[in-house]
Amino acid sequence: MDKELKNHISKLLKQEKRMDGRKPLDFRQPISVEYGVSATAEGSARVKIGETEVIGGVKLSLETPYDDTPDSGNLMVGVEMLPMSNPDFEAGPPSIDAIELGRVVDRGIRESKAIDTKKLCIEEGEKVWGVIVDICPINDAGNLFDACALAAVAALKDAKFPEIKDGKVDYKTKTDQSVPLATIPISVTVRKIGDGFIVDSTNDEESAIDARLTVAIDENGELAAMQKGGDVALTIEEVDKMVGIALEKEKELRSKL
Amino acid sequence: MGYEKRIDGRKKFEELRPIEAKAGVIKRADGSAYFKIGKTVAYAAVYGPRDLYPKFMQNPKKGILRCHYNMMPFSGQGDRVRPGANRRAKEISMITEKSLIPVINLEDFPNAVVDVFIELPQTDAGSRCAGITAASIALADAGIIMKDMVSAVAVGRVDDKLVVDLDYNEEAYEEGRAAADVPVAFLPNSGKLSLLQMDGNITKDELKKALEMGKEACKEIYEVQKKALKDKYQLGE
Repeated sequence: MDKELKNHISKLLKQEKRMDGRKPLDFRQPISVEYGVSATAEGSARVKIGETEVIGGVKLSLETPYDDTPDSGNLMVGVEMLPMSNPDFEAGPPSIDAIELGRVVDRGIRESKAIDTKKLCIEEGEKVWGVIVDICPINDAGNLFDACALAAVAALKDAKFPEIKDGKVDYKTKTDQSVPLATIPISVTVRKIGDGFIVDSTNDEESAIDARLTVAIDENGELAAMQKGGDVALTIEEVDKMVGIALEKEKELRSKL
Repeated sequence: MGYEKRIDGRKKFEELRPIEAKAGVIKRADGSAYFKIGKTVAYAAVYGPRDLYPKFMQNPKKGILRCHYNMMPFSGQGDRVRPGANRRAKEISMITEKSLIPVINLEDFPNAVVDVFIELPQTDAGSRCAGITAASIALADAGIIMKDMVSAVAVGRVDDKLVVDLDYNEEAYEEGRAAADVPVAFLPNSGKLSLLQMDGNITKDELKKALEMGKEACKEIYEVQKKALKDKYQLGE
């Protein structure tokens, strides 16, 4: 980490300023969600937050259920940190950062019970729908956590079941039936640098952070999943403040869907 | 009977699908491009020349070009494509390198690497050609000195007709003689080929004709590539 950069960022934060001219709790603008960006996916969406751009895609397939949940469909959410999107990402097997990011996005959806997996059951113990959400960053200009989580729910919102013909999926024919969503979780990541808190970090800010907290929030304003990251410990008061910020900023992201 | 009319409604057998190209679409990359042909979409990002690691791979006489072709998991016609490089992706990455190297002076960047990342969010056949075409725009956008552009398209035979830019339905066409799929890349100024593969079966005469058709089609693609670059740097004709 660049010490001078960190000093500069925390000094600016004391005056409620950031390097790109934003206030600490401002998201970059514009924030946009575009649906149906991949014709081969059952559902897809492109999310842009400032210069950060990610594409999310949903594939639906017929699977056998897991032994311990014979009456439930399968859900899987993954994020690939594509080396195309950031010069620091390397090709090859997923790094631990990519695994964490994928799991945090997955838990936001899973733990908020956004998808009622029982409704994905076709024949108990035999045949269920598998819902696989893959998120691919195109340009990582910071805050992949929130952009990927938003792209995941947007792609799910866009998803339509394909036709089943002779017990097999006919991917060429989509029905007008959407994937049943009970709630839509929104993730907001708050980062701490020095004594200041920010949302929607840039790459420079991310290289200088002390701690981060990602909070997934459902439609009723309840917290569904959280993940703390970074090397610095937080006080209870700080966590309380960060959750408060997340609850406040969640509405802005939700309004873009 | 024969193959009378193209399945997707194109009027001529030598007609390309609608093309769209843009340069500089990925801000973090040193050069980048978006290329769409029909329903096949490719992004390409170029990083470098940058230091090559591990160090033993460095060569003080010349640099290396490294290409990575990747289909996004939801970009296939059927089931989800599992993430990570499979044998097909590795081979396509390699032939992509080979089709781009002829236009680049590797001696220009000793000890260094130019990385080219190709990502496909949706495909309808012709994805390796779309990737190569996008990569060529991205290399130029990155300011890498090039002797020529590289423009790629698939040609082939569907039943009794030679066709340009096959889509998935044409590749899978089963009536009459088995189809032939011939992905080619041309250096449009020298007229030489830097990619040639073939699957299916085709006679020597048909191949010659198909390659000529590919050469003409690549000239069209070349114009679109040039325009994308000129648009980015706001240079008029």
